[in-house]
Amino acid sequence: MTAVSILTLEDLQVRFPVGMDWLGRPKQHVHALNGVDLEVFRGETLGVVGESGCGKTTLAQVLIGLVKPTAGRMVRERPDGGAPTRMQIVFQDPQSSLNPRLPVWRIISEPLYVQRKGRISGTDMRRAAALAAVQVEIPPDHLDRFPHEFSGGQRQRIAIARALVSEPDLILLDEPTSALDISVQAQILNLLNELQRQRGLTYLLISHNVAVVRHMSDRVAVMYLGQIVELGSSAEVMKDPRHPYTRLLLESVPQLGQAVGEDAVSSSTELPGNRQLPTGCFFRDRCPMARAGCERPQALLRAGAGSQRSVRCHVQVQVQVQVQEAPCP
Amino acid sequence: MMPVLSIRELSLEFPIYRGAVKALNGVTLEVGRREIVGVVGESGSGKSVTSMLAMRLLVEGSYVVTAGSVTMLGTDILAASERTMLGLRGSKVAMIFQEPMTALNPIRKVGDQMVEVIRLHRPMAAAQARAEAVDLLQDMHVADPEHILDTYPFELSGGMRQRVLLALAFSCRPELLIADEPTTALDVTVQRQVLLLMREKARQKNTAILFITHDMALVSQFCDRVYVMYAGSAVEDGPTAEVLAAPRHPYTRGLLNALPDRVASRAVIEAIQGSVPDLTSLPAGCAFAGRCPLAGPACGERPPSLAVDPPGRHHAACWAVPGHGSGS
Repeated sequence: MTAVSILTLEDLQVRFPVGMDWLGRPKQHVHALNGVDLEVFRGETLGVVGESGCGKTTLAQVLIGLVKPTAGRMVRERPDGGAPTRMQIVFQDPQSSLNPRLPVWRIISEPLYVQRKGRISGTDMRRAAALAAVQVEIPPDHLDRFPHEFSGGQRQRIAIARALVSEPDLILLDEPTSALDISVQAQILNLLNELQRQRGLTYLLISHNVAVVRHMSDRVAVMYLGQIVELGSSAEVMKDPRHPYTRLLLESVPQLGQAVGEDAVSSSTELPGNRQLPTGCFFRDRCPMARAGCERPQALLRAGAGSQRSVRCHVQVQVQVQVQEAPCP
Repeated sequence: MMPVLSIRELSLEFPIYRGAVKALNGVTLEVGRREIVGVVGESGSGKSVTSMLAMRLLVEGSYVVTAGSVTMLGTDILAASERTMLGLRGSKVAMIFQEPMTALNPIRKVGDQMVEVIRLHRPMAAAQARAEAVDLLQDMHVADPEHILDTYPFELSGGMRQRVLLALAFSCRPELLIADEPTTALDVTVQRQVLLLMREKARQKNTAILFITHDMALVSQFCDRVYVMYAGSAVEDGPTAEVLAAPRHPYTRGLLNALPDRVASRAVIEAIQGSVPDLTSLPAGCAFAGRCPLAGPACGERPPSLAVDPPGRHHAACWAVPGHGSGS
């Protein structure tokens, strides 16, 4: 696949003011995103994985335009001269992301109504909704029902239909199955994969669930404290994690049928706050490999010439390549 | 030896307008001394209701027990007076919940809350109780206990809050700890520490644990035995390794196959078709029959039940399993 980039993020930063003084000036900031560089290619599923507070959701909100970045840029224009990338989002909790007072066909077709600035007839909207509903396996005779009449899994299907109806290039999936039970989660993941095959969709999948990201993604970005610490093909990152944080994360994921020995130590590891950013490498305090050089800020570097993998750790990068490539400024 | 907690054929319903939500339909469950027993199930399977009833924490009058018995440490829970329950709760049987923020009082310092609980169960001077609280936190590998005691719950991370609650839960050397999704609100790296800590303390203090979760993998890592619940009844039980390696009930099998880690990346996951039955109108037979690939004519007639003999072995409540009811 010749990779066509449909979305580029350049040094994206977001901070939220908190704790105003009596003049309304912020006393400190929450640093949600601290320089995210990312490219999304057409037709791929890019998984973004990380723990709570690492900036995954802020990233989605910036992409969809709900939050303005403090610094950095997002480029939707494509190098191949195509129309700017259109995006849609599927939120975590279908209970709260669907308007309880609209019938399903109105919910599904609302993006069209907005897109055409209201110049669309009810019959057209209904037809479009019925088409999208069939694709997510919602029976067309259920279109006049309201969200509360559906189960959680079906509601998420409705949310997916709503994202499909305006024919976006890129769909942001923000924890699409976190609110669902395992058996329903499987149905939704199958549906998402099937839709991608049929329609050549691009997904940006945001999740804390490593198993889901591993299953769905072509490439994976691991986030820690508002930065991407490791980026590479899903198979490589999951099998052979390079960044010490990725290792810790993958080791902590409970594995079926692997008992944890009685001798396993319960060392204390706490996520540092994002009010005061640590200096140097953000992971330094928790890192088992911390050494000289870690007090400098780390750049996301390629793990070798021709390698698809980037790691934000000077120790790992130097182990991999003797000749270091030119780092990003 | 007498089990710490023994629930037999328990059925419970919540009356609603013109009907009832049949939350539990013949649950049989046993926790032995020093045992770590897992209960897995999806939402609505009745795992939390079971644990709440064991502690009699459901609002009195909102539910009706239609059949069965609950015996905890030799006390008949369903007949016990509130005074007896007060003697059990917190001291002999402790409980920790999913969301540590809501279990702590947000407007009182952690130290005050800990001292209050300790003095409630063991009469002692406030200063002594505070020293005890420091010891308890130190036991939980908390780095700076004195400082933690002087903070409010909102200042602590989720993992730290859950450690405070664990410290309190173990403060009276309980014989049973009921942990209802103790780590669902936590991140995976923290989850692991909290669970390791919980198991370590349970081993030290000879505490049995009833561990309620929806995560199969966690059960496989931490539990000696497991019960799989579906629509208000336990459908399979047995030693964890056996149940996971050779699940007998089609629901357990379906649940394991539905995990995305079981198949190759992007391959179709074997999902269980359909959704859980409506608890207000359960079918006459097996509650899983509507979604079951093995369902036969017998399944629609009467519900299969989980055998209890021989105890501690692998059983499945399913008509399609050969030798149903006779165990392994």
